[in-house]
Amino acid sequence: MTISSVLVANRGEIAVRIIKAAKALGIRTVQVYSAADADMLAVRLADEAINIGPPAPKKSYLNIEALIAAAKASGVDAVHPGYGFLSENGDFADAVEAAGMVFIGPSGDAIRLLGDKVAARSVAAKAGVPTVPGSDGRIDSLDDARAVVEKTGFPIMIKAAAGGGGRGIRIVLTVLELEQQFSQASAEAAAAFGNGGLYLEKVITRARHVEVQILGDGVNVVHCFERECSLQRRRQKVWEEAPATRLPADIREKLCASAVALARAVHYRGAGTVEYLYDEDAREFYFIEVNTRIQVEHPVTEMITGIDLVQEMFRVAGGAPLSVSQDDIKVRGHAIECRINAEDPSRGFMPAPGLIETLKIPESESVRFDTMLYQGYTVPPFYDSLLGKLIVWAETRALCLDRLRSALEGLTVTGVPTTIPLHLALVDDAQVRDANYHTRFLETWLDTTFAPPAQKSVEVA
Amino acid sequence: MSKLEIRSPLPGTFYRASSPETPPFKADGAAVSNGDVIGLIEVMKTFQEIPCDVSGQNIVFLVENEEPVMAGQVIAEVDP
Repeated sequence: MTISSVLVANRGEIAVRIIKAAKALGIRTVQVYSAADADMLAVRLADEAINIGPPAPKKSYLNIEALIAAAKASGVDAVHPGYGFLSENGDFADAVEAAGMVFIGPSGDAIRLLGDKVAARSVAAKAGVPTVPGSDGRIDSLDDARAVVEKTGFPIMIKAAAGGGGRGIRIVLTVLELEQQFSQASAEAAAAFGNGGLYLEKVITRARHVEVQILGDGVNVVHCFERECSLQRRRQKVWEEAPATRLPADIREKLCASAVALARAVHYRGAGTVEYLYDEDAREFYFIEVNTRIQVEHPVTEMITGIDLVQEMFRVAGGAPLSVSQDDIKVRGHAIECRINAEDPSRGFMPAPGLIETLKIPESESVRFDTMLYQGYTVPPFYDSLLGKLIVWAETRALCLDRLRSALEGLTVTGVPTTIPLHLALVDDAQVRDANYHTRFLETWLDTTFAPPAQKSVEVA
Repeated sequence: MSKLEIRSPLPGTFYRASSPETPPFKADGAAVSNGDVIGLIEVMKTFQEIPCDVSGQNIVFLVENEEPVMAGQVIAEVDP
């Protein structure tokens, strides 16, 4: 069945992105919104909009009942979950299908399987994908944990099986710390995720974060090469690139093949991302997790491959085979994405919602700004601080960095502080220009090197 | 005798306790001193403490737990 109408079960910039892809395919769009989002850009762009409840996410964007009711009332034949919110909730996928509509993503079973970090680790291991040294699946006792660290050594991470996105992780350095933290971690995981299961993974120091974009139609799986997202603050990505500059060609080939093997093993349908840590010194990569949805940083892959990933999601969800074969997919040039957040780098990245007084976006064929903003829009305080993503493409990485600097200088957002000054400093940093970084680089750099300029921000009563 | 007001410095979602399992920072009717934390505001997924800038008796909350608030909105009142 070809999809002819869709409910966008998300907000912000990704809702805008989904609507644009749908419109390009002639699909009717219905946008949901909370009481705090009635004037958001996606509501203005969509063919129809439906109020689904109060500002609090659990009463609106996380409310499965309200979303299914909205989908039924608007008569759509599909639901796109975007990222975050319910995008990786297998029960939501099942509820959409049970209501007779298409969930634009993998099946509820595939989401649950890959969303359970322990189960995903076993799927990866069975598909021949290297995993980070650690426990073989879930561990239930401190004795088992002690046995694991005897083999792996320290530092080691205690991770919640149901966690993800950097949440539910503790790093311990000694047996004593392991003993102190183990039961606390289990209790916390039970409270936060409704599941107290834990597993252990060795900390790979000086690792790079690389991830492979995959697309599947339930039968065939292709990869769209890799992205590198090593510049992170508090485990949140800040700056992403494609391809990964320092990845040797032979490793790239193995990495991408392993992601395809993993996705094939579960008959993957839709867009997904297989995340890895890459140890540059040892030339080894290790599986971390699978994200069963479109990723925030997907545009860098689109810029280097020319594939519209969100349109492809619509096609395969409608039952069509993949529109591209692996041989068709080639890397051309280099792309970098900077996340522009409503945060003040000079005040510890304190988030600051508020009125957008001016907005000027640089215009060029090789520059893209995926955003939820318009002049006069008031950014609400109830959701994350992402305002937009500045994505720049060029033939080489060096040219891309230069073009990125011009684009950042040409991007003006006033009314709220933003992370633009952070990116302007990064683009001229010698280590960043050499791609000489790892996942811990940015936090140290912020403490030792970065001198953020003060930004005008509105003082409130 | 007019009441003293405690306002939210930020827009966001108001919480009376640090987690659903813990008791509120201040019970209804409690006395407060300058600098006491009376609640949290969640702004863009981060939590900021709301310190009390007055001292007084018999605190009355005008905002429910988990309700959205505007910057400058009166959250609670106390008797001087």
